[in-house]
Amino acid sequence: MVTIKELTREEYWLPGNSSCPGCPAALGLRMLGKALEGKFVLVVPASCTTVIQGIYPATPSRVPLLNIAFAASASAASGLRAALRIRGLKVPVVVWAGDGGTADIGLQALSGAAERNEDILYICYDNEAYQNTGIQRSGATPYGAWTTTTPLGKREHKKDVPMIVAAHGVPYVATASIAYPLDFVEKVRKAASKSGFRYIHLHAPCPVGWRFPPSKTVEVGRLAVETGMWILYEIEDGVLRLTGRSRVLLDPSKRKPIEEYLRAQGRFSHLDERDVEELKRYVEARWRELKKLLEERGGCLR
Amino acid sequence: MSRLVISGNEAVALGVKLSRVQVVAAYPITPQTAIVEKIAEYVEKGELRAEFIRVESEHSAMAACIGAAAGGARAFTATSSQGLLYMSEMVFWAGGARLPIVMAVVTRALAPPWSIWCDHNDALSQRDSGWVQLWAESVQEVLDMTIQAFRVAEDEEVLLPVMVCLDGFILSHAYEPADIPEQSAVDSFLPEKKPAPYWLDPSKPAAYCTIAAPDTYMEFRYEMYRAMKNAERVIKEVDEEWCRLTGRSYGGLVDCYRCDDAEVAILLCGAWAGDAKEAVDILRRKGVKAGVVRLRATRPFPTEDLRAVVEGMDALAVVDRSLSPGLPSILWSEVRAALYDSVKRVYVKGFIAGLGGRDVTPGDFIRIVHSTLEGFRRGEPGEVEWIGLRGGESGHH
Repeated sequence: MVTIKELTREEYWLPGNSSCPGCPAALGLRMLGKALEGKFVLVVPASCTTVIQGIYPATPSRVPLLNIAFAASASAASGLRAALRIRGLKVPVVVWAGDGGTADIGLQALSGAAERNEDILYICYDNEAYQNTGIQRSGATPYGAWTTTTPLGKREHKKDVPMIVAAHGVPYVATASIAYPLDFVEKVRKAASKSGFRYIHLHAPCPVGWRFPPSKTVEVGRLAVETGMWILYEIEDGVLRLTGRSRVLLDPSKRKPIEEYLRAQGRFSHLDERDVEELKRYVEARWRELKKLLEERGGCLR
Repeated sequence: MSRLVISGNEAVALGVKLSRVQVVAAYPITPQTAIVEKIAEYVEKGELRAEFIRVESEHSAMAACIGAAAGGARAFTATSSQGLLYMSEMVFWAGGARLPIVMAVVTRALAPPWSIWCDHNDALSQRDSGWVQLWAESVQEVLDMTIQAFRVAEDEEVLLPVMVCLDGFILSHAYEPADIPEQSAVDSFLPEKKPAPYWLDPSKPAAYCTIAAPDTYMEFRYEMYRAMKNAERVIKEVDEEWCRLTGRSYGGLVDCYRCDDAEVAILLCGAWAGDAKEAVDILRRKGVKAGVVRLRATRPFPTEDLRAVVEGMDALAVVDRSLSPGLPSILWSEVRAALYDSVKRVYVKGFIAGLGGRDVTPGDFIRIVHSTLEGFRRGEPGEVEWIGLRGGESGHH
């Protein structure tokens, strides 16, 4: 287990960038830089991270960074990987994409790269909507959440992208949360030590879009995990295991009531009892599936 | 040097192999597919040391080429028609990012209605993307042009992506004898790929394609514009150097056939220039002083060369294999704009022909020349005329 003291004091995503107060993407990028100690190259599709880099010629990135069109990150990273391989450079190629660029418009390229088992690390920082364009719903927005295009709350559940990627049979898939930075760092390092297609889905509570104070980003992230709304796990070579805080939450009595998570955010303030029940049902069903998988098949997905 | 009978598509693949391309990313589409099949074969057999990325779409094909070129590799893809339109976002990205990618565009009509046959609307739809657009007439020229394209793209004064356009089926599937240059000759002409000055060097961190505010965006665009102007000179220089190496020159931006004393000329791009040249030979035998002006480049548009070539001519017949509804055709409009400032303005009449692969014969070109001369003599406006339209322009179709 990595400790905070072991992490480098060096910063690779510099302060003074254009992120909002309490931005989870900036937090995640900071941890990513420390995890790999700046030895990687980044590919970033259209997302909040395009904007938080600031305006030319300034950049907060101390690693080489290629910005690319919305749907193109996994394929651009595939080409970049090929070029670096030809040049004899082993440096990891890391995609840093939002949930819209991953679950929706970029899903085809992501699936293609996963199926080809491209030697890249794809990280989706999931703030559960198109926050950059002003909080529109994405495939990763959870049931019930208010967005500007779901003013009465989204009627569909969140698309389960990590499991979709896992279905491609790639060497490594993990979920993580910006609220558990050491768990994230460990997963990034483990992923970087492997070759082939690796995927990390990073839960990233957004104060602007989720309607909570900027000082509460980490708290909201923790509540997501503690209530079981977001589950931390990793899938190595097709075998799933729970990690970090989520390891003890298989027992429903250990989980905080999801109302605590919902109440912390303005985007769920309009929910009625039935909506809350629907969310509970969904969360319970996911945990039951995981429990069955772990207990009956030892976490073996196939 | 060896001489082989090969198809246009094989000529592209051979050109790619001889150019020692390092990354190929491609998705199949008729009539381009044979190019990337052949390249895949070269790679699998170890005849070409390249990474072949079998992407899931054309959008990803161009994205992968962009990633590869940004990583310092010599990158290539090929597509046609719907594939080109599907990748269009990334085509513009490659132009804006100033990445020297080469792409073969095997020209094919756009749907609907579905058509796999030749037409130029696909390539010309991308004319403002910041890509150099070159057009071949013969299988030999396809081979030579593919190799030249990398030299043009990678020239430090240019650093723009280049499209090699060849007519679907008419050229892609036509077999002709071609001289295949020796690898050593190509190596001397096209040295090993050096990364562009702004490649994504892991030891020199920098961020590319970030946001440019209104106070810098225009300068990026101006640099692209200037690079395209530079390409005019570089395309000609590369053509001349290729000629010193192989004895084959195509005339730089414009290929002129029997133009020296011509009173009228047919202007077009692509493989049907061969039929136009045949028509010109027939017309010449009947005393009509005709010629052919074949555009080898539509971007950069050869404004100055064109003015010089048509100086002294009475009339020009611009034959488009494309349509711009409401304009109504692309080259016609661009040629007229280019010649507007001529001292003695030549009469320019437009023709739309061969859309969706409809056959156009030397006989059609003879009629086109007569119609142009008639319009010139009568002082009619040089409006656009449809050729070979069943029932005529006012009929029921």
